[in-house]
Formats: sequence, C-alpha cells, structure tokens
Amino acid sequence: MKIVIIGNGIGGITAARNIRKQSDHEILVISAESDYFFSRTALMYVYMGQMKFEHTQPYENWFWEKNRISLLNAYVKSVDFEKQTLHTANGQKISYDKLIIATGSVPKKIGLSGEGLKGVQSLYSKQDLELLEQNSGDVKEAVIVGGGLIGIELAEMLRSRNIKVSILSRENAYWNSVLPQEEAQMISRHIAEHHINLIANTELGKILDDGSGSVKGIITKKGAEIPCQLLLISIGVQPNINFLKNSALAINKGVLVNEFLETNITNVYALGDCAEFENPKLLHPPIEQLWYTAQMQGEALANTICGHRQTYRRGVWFNSAKFLDIEYQTYGCMFKQPLADEETFYWEHSSGRKAFRANFEKESGALRGFNFLGIRFNHPVANRWISEKRNIGLCIAELKKGVFDAEFSKQHHRKIADEFFRQFPAYAKTQKTNKLKFWM
Amino acid sequence: MKLVKNIGLAVFLCCFAIFLCLPFMGTYRLTSQQFESVVSDSAHRAALAPNMQAMFDKSYANNFNFLADYGQALDKTNQQFKDKEAWVKVIHTDYALPLAKISARGFVKEHIQTLFYICFIISSLGGLIYFIADLFLQKKGDTQHKQVFKSGITNRGISAIVFAVFLIAFYILLYQAPAYLSNWVLMVDPLSIKLTGSQASQWFLYGFMYCLVMLVMGLKMLIKHRHSNYQLVRTVSVIFFQVAFAFMIPNILTLLQLPSADLKNIWPLDYTFFFDYHLNDLLSAGLLGYWMLGWGIFLIVVGVPVMVYFFGKRWYCSWVCGCGGLAETFGDPFRHLSDKSIKSWKIERYLVHGVLLFAVVMTVAVLYTFFTGSSTLLGINTYGIRQVYAFAIGFIFAGAVGTGFYPLMGNRVWCRFGCPLAAYLGIVQRFKSRYRITTNGGQCISCGNCSTYCEMGIDVRAYAQRGENIIRASCVGCGICAEVCPRGVLKLENGPENNRFENQLNLIRAKNEV
Repeated sequence: MKIVIIGNGIGGITAARNIRKQSDHEILVISAESDYFFSRTALMYVYMGQMKFEHTQPYENWFWEKNRISLLNAYVKSVDFEKQTLHTANGQKISYDKLIIATGSVPKKIGLSGEGLKGVQSLYSKQDLELLEQNSGDVKEAVIVGGGLIGIELAEMLRSRNIKVSILSRENAYWNSVLPQEEAQMISRHIAEHHINLIANTELGKILDDGSGSVKGIITKKGAEIPCQLLLISIGVQPNINFLKNSALAINKGVLVNEFLETNITNVYALGDCAEFENPKLLHPPIEQLWYTAQMQGEALANTICGHRQTYRRGVWFNSAKFLDIEYQTYGCMFKQPLADEETFYWEHSSGRKAFRANFEKESGALRGFNFLGIRFNHPVANRWISEKRNIGLCIAELKKGVFDAEFSKQHHRKIADEFFRQFPAYAKTQKTNKLKFWM
Repeated sequence: MKLVKNIGLAVFLCCFAIFLCLPFMGTYRLTSQQFESVVSDSAHRAALAPNMQAMFDKSYANNFNFLADYGQALDKTNQQFKDKEAWVKVIHTDYALPLAKISARGFVKEHIQTLFYICFIISSLGGLIYFIADLFLQKKGDTQHKQVFKSGITNRGISAIVFAVFLIAFYILLYQAPAYLSNWVLMVDPLSIKLTGSQASQWFLYGFMYCLVMLVMGLKMLIKHRHSNYQLVRTVSVIFFQVAFAFMIPNILTLLQLPSADLKNIWPLDYTFFFDYHLNDLLSAGLLGYWMLGWGIFLIVVGVPVMVYFFGKRWYCSWVCGCGGLAETFGDPFRHLSDKSIKSWKIERYLVHGVLLFAVVMTVAVLYTFFTGSSTLLGINTYGIRQVYAFAIGFIFAGAVGTGFYPLMGNRVWCRFGCPLAAYLGIVQRFKSRYRITTNGGQCISCGNCSTYCEMGIDVRAYAQRGENIIRASCVGCGICAEVCPRGVLKLENGPENNRFENQLNLIRAKNEV
C-alpha cells in the first residue's frame, strides 16, 4: 500500500514515523517548503544566531532513507480524488492508496492595501524567515501587528538586532484573549522591561508607502502614525487548503474530519493545523493549531491507517510558550475567565516574574488546571491530578511533588500554599500530613 | 557600559599582546658559574662543559639563538657518548629551560615584576571589567546564546582557527620545548619561590595560568548564569577545587618538602599514580604517604562508584575535575561546536573506552615491573608502554588536542573522546546510578536548543521528543540543556533507580480504545 503525505511538518512526519514503526507500507512525504523535516518552533533561534538552520532538523539526513520514508520536494497543485492522483506544480503525477493532508497553515492577512509592499510580511515558513533576513537588513524601526505568541517571538528576534519594536495589540494587555488579566499584565510589564513598545487597544488602520514600493510607516485606527521600515503581520494563521477548494473534499475553514481524522472521502485523511473537526468536543476549538496536538493526531492516525482504528483523543490539555525570559506552562483547560462553576486562585512572586494560578470546581474542589509563569512544573503530575479530579487542597499541599525547576532553585510551593490556605481556609482540612522524605 | 566593556577588552588585548611578545624579547648571556649552578650533576657538567665553552660569556640577541647553540652542544655531547656506546651516560635531563632562565638579561629580567603585573594581573582585570559590564548589559534570567553562530570566534571563523593554532602551539611548547617559554616562566619565579620555596618550572606557570583563566572565565559564567543557583554552585565548586586542590595544596606540600599531590585527581586520569617513582615517593614519605596512597585507591574503588550511584558522574566531571573546570569556564563559549551525529557517538565510544583499556593495560604492566622488577611483560617493554601513553594520551590527546581544539570541536574533546576516568564514571552512570535528566512529559517542541548546546555532543532532543529520560554514559551534568530549553522540558535529578527509564509520554497520553 502506498501512503502519500502532503506536508513534512510535525503532524505529517509523526504519522509517517509511526506508520513505519507498525508496517511496511510505502511512504512518501511531499513538501514544497524544505527537503527535510525541521522544527518550525526553532526558526526564531536561527534568526537570533543561537542556532543554525541545520540544528532545527530533529533527524539526521540518513534517517529517512534508512527508515524507507521517501521525501519529495514539490508543490502539490491539485488532487484528483477519483483517480487517487496528485498533480504537482511541475507536472508530476503521483498516485496514492491513502492520502494524508498535513499542509499546516498560512498566515492570516489583514486585508488592507499595502500588504504587498516590500517590508511587509508574516513569519511562518522557512521562506518567510529568509525573507525576514533580507527585509531586516538596515531597519531601524519595526511594527508588529498582533500581540500573540508569534508577535512576541518576532519582537524578541528583532530586539536581538537592536531594532526598535512596537507591537499593536487589540487587547488591553499582552495576549489577553487567552491569558487571564493578571498574567497578561505581568507579561506586559516584562515586555516593557525589554524596551518593546506594546501599544494596547490598538489596531492597524493604514499602511504607508514610501513611494518606491516599500513600507515607511503605519497609521493606527486611532489615527496615530508610527514610522517603520518593517511591518510584521502576526494576527494568527488559517488552514493551508487553497489547493483543495472546488474539489469533492468537504472543507469549511479547514479540511473537515471526524474524530478518526477521516475526511468525507475514503482513504483521505487530514491532521494538524489544516484539519477542522466537524463536531469538536465541548470547550475544544474546531481547529487545533498546536505542535503537541499535531503530534498526537499523527500518532492516532498512524494507528488507524495500520489497522488499529482509533479516535484522536487529546487527553488533558497542555501547552507552553516562552515570553522573552519568562516560561509559560499551562495544564488543563484554563480560560481567560474562570468558568461559572470554577473558583480561581492566583499567586504572584514579589519579583513580578513568577506566577501561579489554579482553577478548581467550586462545589467539589476538583482541580481543573494550572498556569505557571517562570516556574517549571512536572507534566505527568499535573496530568494525573487533573484527570483524577484531585482535590485542590491536596494538590496545593503537595505542590512540591511537581516542581520541575532546576536543582537548588528557590522554591515557592510553601508561599503558594500559605497564601492559598489563607484565602481558602476550608481546604486546609483536606491537607495530607504525611511529609515527603527529603530525598524524594 | 558598552564603552566600559570595550575598554576592558582593549586593556586585556594590550596586555595579551605584550605577553605574546615576551618570548621574543631580552638578551642572553651565560657565565660558567651559572652553568655550574644549573647543571648539578657533576658527570653531566664535565661532559657538557667542553662543548659549551664557546657559549660562555657570549651575548645572544634572543633565546632562539641561545637555545640553538645549547642544542648543538648537547647533541654533540650525546653523540660522543653514543659513538662510544656509553648509553647510560647520555644526558636526558632538560637543562635548557633553567639555563635559558638564568642567562636571561636585559629588558625582561629587569622588569620582571612590572611584566608580571601587566601580563597576569592587569590583563585579568581587563577581562574582569569586560565580563562585569555584562551585569548591566545582559538581563538577569536571559538564558539565551544570541549571536553565537554569527561571531567568527565562536563559529569556527578565521579568528577561531588562529586561536586554536595559538593554543596548540602553546601546548606543544609547554610539553616538548618549554625553554622557548622561559621568559613567561621567569615572570612567575617570585611567586613560585614564595609558594613552593623553589624556582618555577613550566608546570608551575601552567598551573598558575590555568587558575587565572578559570577565575576570570569562571566569573563570566557566574555573571551569565546568575539566575541559576545550580550553575552558581557548580561553577564556584569547580573553581575552588582547581585553585585549592590542584594548585595551592600541592605547592604548599612541596614547600613543606612533603610528597606533592592533587588529592582530587583520580587514576586513570592521573595515569602516573601507579608509576614506580610515584609509589616510591609515597611509600618513603611516612604516614602521609601511606594515607595518600590509601586515599587514591579509596577514590578509585569506593569513591567513584558510590558518588556516581548517588549523583551521577557530574559530581566529578563538572563539579570537581580540573579538565572539566577549564572546559566549563574557559571552554564555555565553544560548547555548541561539539558534533552531535550518530557517527561521532560511535567514534566516541570506541575511542574513550579504548583509552580506558590502554590505561589499564599500561598500569598493569607498570605495576608488574614495580613488583617483579622485570621490565618486560609478554615481550613488551613496560617503560615503552608508559612512554607511549604519556606522549599520545597525556600530551597529544589531553593537551594539544583536548584544549587546543576548543575553538574548533567544542570544549569537551578530551572529556568526551579521551578521558579514561570519564569512561569509568560513565559506565557506572549508565548502568547503576540514580542520576538522569528527566523529560517533562510531552512538552518538547523539538527545537533543538538542548542538542545544540550540549558540550558532550549528546543529541538530547532525540530523547526528549520521544518522552525518554536522558541516561547517557557521557553526560557530565552541566545543566545547560535544561537551562536553554524554552519549554521547561528537562530537569537534572537524582531519583529512585526503578523508574529511571520510564517513558514520560506514556504517562500523559490519553488511553485510546482500540
């Protein structure tokens, strides 16, 4: 059986590797972006001179041949689902028995005139990074539109070259659409410490042309003019499925899939950023644009294709990021506002660089999730506690069990516990008294 | 602050330039009295003197001509012995360095104190200013290594190659022709006399420079990692052991005319530990000598396995060891240059265990000779083996390649490919230890920072992205992988042995119904 995978990102490659682990099917991975799988998350480090591009490739080049995973650098123009054939931009025809669509995303456009000017771009692909390298040559000032995960990484990248950076954010603080107010405020302060100008409650109004086809500045919707020679659009991404439009494949924003990652056409599957769940689970988004979810989907789909048909189940939600120098880890479904049946507890270190939040069910005290800023926490421990619906009092009392900071680090679990039991004395009773042994 | 930083650098570079010029400076004149005071062996004196008559009271413009003439005189003398087949009389003692030192005249000799301050003290201060400026320029908590691959010196540029050539040349001269460095040795004579009661050898100079470099570059580490207690404690520890145990204590023991010993140096890294002259030294030094012998054996037999069991080999390699100390301070800017390929891992395993085997065989042979008095074992000359080991491993591998290749192959070339003690520690760490680097569930994003900055060339990411803990013989526990990880995925820790290999991904994946 010949399995063709379009896209060599984490989703497609995880599927390919896991199919190979379980079977001898012929596997072909097609990508127009790069010859070999690389970690998109590391592109920023290449720009900052912390890594070379080759370091972003998790497997050495011999790996693919040894594991009989064929790679093809080509752009798939269209798919003939009836004849089970792909057409590439250079006229090649490739047949398949099973097709996995793992084409990822493309950056969202703002839809203003001037988006085609030189110096206006987004950052998603390897090609975008190369373009940014060209575009940021003698830039003094840059504006980033969008205060999200990519926005802050872009700001960090440009600051490493001493470019003056402004971020336009729709919200009143950094990533406030996802982060609760306190966390968003803390990160906003940290952004200011790094001499990045975060302009809140502001949207892009107009892009200014310098007369020679390059960007020379922007005007916000409020009418303020900001000069810049580089304008970066990072307002999110959308599924990269243009080449599938007007075909028999059912698509909405992304390729529509069921919980088995199957599309409406037999033997055609989709996963990762480009897939959209027809019936997303409660509280879950229909499109999951995360490294981790693509990885898990790849594992699940490999099982299905190799004859162990199984649903994709994400398990307890988790995610992480790094905001300049502050690491962020989140476990469980942590919303901007606690849900109606939830209570929330927030603790912030006096340095303003570390914070902790726990949400739990009001009635039962069952743990719903954690946010950590500047504190590392053990994933399996958080996962177990949340899935067990463990009592928050117990969790707080035993927080030390999950602390994942480096040895000799200053620990904060006691202060957090003191503050928690001061605010929620009712839970003090549930504390276990058996102490951890010192060597644990 | 930027200006201050650059001033510091300029001061250092000026001092360093002067330092580099010194071996080419000064004039030389040897008197027969000086000759007699240096060549203490009367037979040597009698044999050498006739051939050196022309050198006495002759002025030399530099030490190259002086050493060339001395070399000729020595060769001539030895040739005469060889012609007569008087093999035992051939002179092997190195008089070149003390002769060069004693006959030095002119600028260097007259300004020895001033030059000492310029070359060692002011240059160090320059370096310190350069790094202290980072306290203000580099944010606390910045764990990144920005621009590392954009700067020639840290990315195998021309400057890196020049620097490597300098280091290699330094090691070759140090081991093979120290007389050319006589002016450098002269500078540390006053200090040596204060500390040890005798004139400096090239090894005193080396030990002194080693400590100085570790102190200055160690301060850089402390500033760079001031947010991380692990790095702070580790760096202070490694500097302390170098300065106190490798430098001060042996020198003070020498001053007290006791057997000198680096009490933290363990066989087989300390490959001369079981050499006959060393054993005789210890056995003839009374209680202290016996204690030193016992301590050395205790470290090999009990110290290493017990400590590695509880803490991993890091207790030695990145907390105590002098080679590791230099690598972690002076070598830190080059850590990312280590090769991460599977191929180099294969080479590493053959090489490092090969050297361990070589060290064991060599030591067995040497001990055989010590106990039986017979100098051949299985038809092989035991002195021959140990000479080969000293030259190939002690000088070429540990010195010239181990440190000289810092700017080209990373800072742990010796520790990774050559150190027999690391091999021994590694075997224990791999099979019987509580130490591991724990991977945090499914949080890895395969970015590759950990692998890039692993000085031992471990492909950390290969484990982390599969949810596997990193349990590798070579890991020295420097902790940098955990620090550069942008997602908090890695943690060095000691824990129960039974779940060491547990897959962390299995712990968090939702159980799928088939």
